[in-house]
Amino acid sequence: MIEFLGKLSNHLGFPVMSSSHGQEIDYMNGWVHWLMLILFVGWGIFFMYTLIRFRSGANPKANYKGVTSHINQYAEYGVILIEAILLIGFAYPIWAKVKTSVPSVDNNTIEVRVVSQQFAWNIHYPGADGKFGDTSAELVDEETNPIGLDRNSPNAKDDITTINQLHLPVNKQAMIYLSSKDVIHSFSLPEMRVKQDAIPGMTIPVFFTPTMTSEEFLNVIKGTAREGMGYEISCAQLCGNSHYRMRGYMTIHESNGYENWLAEQAEELLEEEGDDWGDDDDW
Amino acid sequence: MLFGFVLMMIMRWQLAYPDTPVPFIGGLLSEDKLLSPDMYNAFGAMHGTIMIFLGVVPILVGAFGNYVVPLQIGAPDMAFPKLNMASYWVYFVGGIVMFASFFMEGGPAASGWTMYPPLSIIAENGETVWLLGMVFLITSSLLGSMNIIVTIVQLRPEGLTWMRLPFFVWAQLVTSFLLVLAFPPLEAAAVLQIMDRIAETSFFMPSGLVVGGEVVDVAGGGSPLLWQHLFWFLAHPEVYVLILPGMGIVAEVVANNTRKPLWGYKALVYSVVFLGFMSFIVWAHHMFLTGMGQAMSAFFQTTTMIISIPSVIILSALLISLWGGSIRFNTPMLFALGWMPMFGIGGLTGLPLGLAPTDIPLHDTYYVIGHFHYVVAPGSIFAIFAGIYYWFPKMTGHKLNESLGKVHFYFSFIFMNGIFMPMFIQGLAGVSRRLADGGASYAHALEVLQWNEFMSYSAWFLGLAQIPFIINIVLTILKKRDENAERNPWKSTTIEWNAAPSPPIAHGNFDKELTVYRGPCEYSVPGANKDFSPQTEK
Amino acid sequence: MIEIPYNVKPRQETGLYNAKLGIWLFLASEVMLFGGLFSAYVLLRVGSPVWPPGGEAQLNIPLATINTFNLILSSWTIVKSWIALKENDFKGFKTYMGITLLCSLIFLVIKYFEYSAKLHHGIFPSTDNFYGIYFTLTGLHGLHVIGGLIVNFYLWGPGKKMWKSEPERFTNRVEVSGLYWHFVDLVWIFLFPTLYLL
Ligand code: HEA
Ligand code: HEA
Ligand code: CUA
Ligand SMILES: [Cu+2]
Repeated sequence: MIEFLGKLSNHLGFPVMSSSHGQEIDYMNGWVHWLMLILFVGWGIFFMYTLIRFRSGANPKANYKGVTSHINQYAEYGVILIEAILLIGFAYPIWAKVKTSVPSVDNNTIEVRVVSQQFAWNIHYPGADGKFGDTSAELVDEETNPIGLDRNSPNAKDDITTINQLHLPVNKQAMIYLSSKDVIHSFSLPEMRVKQDAIPGMTIPVFFTPTMTSEEFLNVIKGTAREGMGYEISCAQLCGNSHYRMRGYMTIHESNGYENWLAEQAEELLEEEGDDWGDDDDW
Repeated sequence: MLFGFVLMMIMRWQLAYPDTPVPFIGGLLSEDKLLSPDMYNAFGAMHGTIMIFLGVVPILVGAFGNYVVPLQIGAPDMAFPKLNMASYWVYFVGGIVMFASFFMEGGPAASGWTMYPPLSIIAENGETVWLLGMVFLITSSLLGSMNIIVTIVQLRPEGLTWMRLPFFVWAQLVTSFLLVLAFPPLEAAAVLQIMDRIAETSFFMPSGLVVGGEVVDVAGGGSPLLWQHLFWFLAHPEVYVLILPGMGIVAEVVANNTRKPLWGYKALVYSVVFLGFMSFIVWAHHMFLTGMGQAMSAFFQTTTMIISIPSVIILSALLISLWGGSIRFNTPMLFALGWMPMFGIGGLTGLPLGLAPTDIPLHDTYYVIGHFHYVVAPGSIFAIFAGIYYWFPKMTGHKLNESLGKVHFYFSFIFMNGIFMPMFIQGLAGVSRRLADGGASYAHALEVLQWNEFMSYSAWFLGLAQIPFIINIVLTILKKRDENAERNPWKSTTIEWNAAPSPPIAHGNFDKELTVYRGPCEYSVPGANKDFSPQTEK
Repeated sequence: MIEIPYNVKPRQETGLYNAKLGIWLFLASEVMLFGGLFSAYVLLRVGSPVWPPGGEAQLNIPLATINTFNLILSSWTIVKSWIALKENDFKGFKTYMGITLLCSLIFLVIKYFEYSAKLHHGIFPSTDNFYGIYFTLTGLHGLHVIGGLIVNFYLWGPGKKMWKSEPERFTNRVEVSGLYWHFVDLVWIFLFPTLYLL
């Protein structure tokens, strides 16, 4: 029953749901919209009926007392009850699960830093050692080193950085450390039901588990207006003139595909290092 | 004098009005690329600011509050007429300052009406002007609402006890308290932001920002979230400022046109007071996605759900008031009736936003825009129209033309829904707000993009639908003063219609001292010889 | 023409005349204004690893202490001036209000020396958030002092002619102005320990 009611969300027009926690959020949206719908339709019928029955033509003399029954009070208690259930039964625990009880990081967790700026998403992978190199504001160079990574710091040698390209494996927990270089942005993955403001001066953990690869996703959306366009990262907070096109891309791989991609990136990094990448006189 | 004052306020708004074309054409303008993104942002910010701070609040509180409240409580004038003038002039200066920013180098403020730092601090000069303008507007509202409170508390004539006040007066009283207590923190925030911009302090600037490749040279250590807390501490009560007087107007019109008392008057009064009180402790529901912890989010979700209850009670009471009435469908009543389901939609869509998990996919999308436009545009604006049609005979001695009024209502009703209903569709699909191209850059918006055109056409037609209204106003004002104009054309019970000529006497409003004998909406009292028993009649 | 009632005499039900209710409302809004700023201060302070961010604060505690007593004294004298009016002693009013004015002037002069010393040492609002909030809060408080000074000066000087025409209303004005002045004093009593001592 509960699930059935939640399925209203399928008809609300949300984007294809592709993460493990997304279902609960969608169901909850389904329930809330049922509540809204029932209240609106219920009162709406009462409203229309009253207007017709008590128009001055049909009812020239008004009744001083009006309604004397208490049905409306029961309706109001009903609303209170349902809201209480939604709050205690669902809203608190779901929020804890998707936002505040940060899971511990294990071998199966992919850790990524995302640094937003006007108007791009910088993605920073720790590389093979699993540790992020140090960064510093002084080292920032918009052309070559947008996040100010210190290649000479011990853990930075193998770090991979990309711009606007987030790659993750399917069915593994992604742990994203979100921060911002300049103003407030908002990291939104509509299909993953993930959204989080990136606040300068803070690093906020964002975690979710994708359940659908990009390939599958592209199949699902065949025949719709967005056919052929995969997952994207959108910016949901006004951040300046080009806010409207601060768009990033996300690819969800099979786990092999992800390993391959990482290896490719690592290789590219090596090649670059072959010339002058990371030399002292670079900064 | 008061009359001139009200007219001037309305004129100010009509002046203000042409400056808000962007909302009308939201999607369209970007299609023909006439409006650059920075101008779009600026227009968006100014649209919000102007509509709220220079439009709806001055009309509902400034004009209706100052004009109707003293009349409805039988007071000769506001308690402090001079303060009233001061409030008006400060407001005027604030308005000028706001508009001046359009002509400044760099244009007006462009960081949304919310002015979130650091964006607003690294932005152009327009921002400083916006902040200054706000300081003036805040001061003006403060003075104005102090005046309203003192007037209501002190100037009631004999017999007008608290529970005999018209509901509209209660709504104004609560609204004024909200303004007195909620605006100052925003003033504090504006002062801090002015300091950040001019004296280079860093109250809202964290350390180590890099903008456009340059490290920002400030001491740092500030908090961008501090601004949001201070801003929303005002801005949530502010949204109730936008709706409570509207509820008051609707209640007056409904009682009058059903020819029966409001159902549950006491419940209405307690709800509105409770609503006012609660509105101070829900502000952070605008900030769920700033990285809020469990305790905070639980608290603010709970308060948000609690605050929806008095709204449900108020709306239910108004709906139930219809039952058993003898309903007259004149223009003010049509607007009041149209208001109910519209506010219902707006309010109900507040619920999924108020629960943090369901807010995740909806936050900062067009769903939010749809939610609040349903409460402010068909909400506040319909209530304003109802009020104008209802009290126009009081101001001029003439009713507005009913046929034009009905044309105005039906077209407005249709097109309002035409604009705002598709916003929910877009919002559910995940389209972000404040996008200069209406979402065209994003793949997930493609499926719902075609609605932009529809909405823009609706908005244009909504504009056209206002023409009968304006014609109506002009024609009626031009009509000759009728010396024996009917005092009480709506056959109403409240004081303003029964004890004063229309328009009221220039000094002192009323011809003689009043005594009040009964509650505000004693219609169809069993045994009475007519279907309304005025408050001032023994 | 009907007069606006309760302009001078209190309304029985509320025990207040109009202006007194007005000033209480105004003070409520002022409490919210300074409340907002104080909470901003608390948040910034809690969010900062060390406070003040730049190490030892260089504020002149002796001068500020003098100013504290100075303001308390002026609060007392303004009450005295109101009581004097109640007892029909216009001379007493002139004297006590004069002392109040003097105190406020001294306060401002001392503040001026404090500020110029800071600026002289290269300490600006932009130095760090401690000085930022110090200048903002004391500056805003200073503006309130100037505002009070102007009103009190008006009552003491050109406004006093009302005493001849409407003595009761004039007394009320002094009372209202006094209430405001107590508030300004109170704000300082909060500011002094928060900024200088803690
Ligand atoms: C007049 C203005 C107004 C009003 C009254 C409300 C009322 C409510 N608002 Fe809204 N809100 C805004 C104006 C308003 N809001 C604005 C301007 C914003 C955006 C600001 C910005 O970001 O720029 C906003 C944003 C906003 C958010 C933030 C969303 C986000 O950014 O993610 C939230 C979240 O909780 C919220 C919740 C609510 C709730 C729970 C109510 C409740 O009070 C509603 C209670 C009402 C009801 C529950 C209705 C009862 C209905 C019935 C009984 C059915 C009747 C049916 C018929 C008549 C047929 N609002
Ligand atoms: C009171 C508040 C209010 C009102 C009434 C409106 C009314 C309208 N708004 Fe507005 N809007 C906001 C407050 C308001 N808005 C705010 C706060 C924002 C957010 C800004 C931000 O992002 O920072 C916003 C944003 C906003 C957007 C989103 C922009 C974006 O995110 O990119 C859009 C898009 O379509 C829009 C459209 C409209 C439309 C079509 C109307 C129409 O309904 C307008 C209809 C108006 C009338 C029908 C008035 C008719 C009046 C007369 C003819 C004058 C006669 C009067 C007298 C004689 C007294 N608004
Ligand atoms: Cu980044 Cu919007
Ligand atoms: Cu709110």
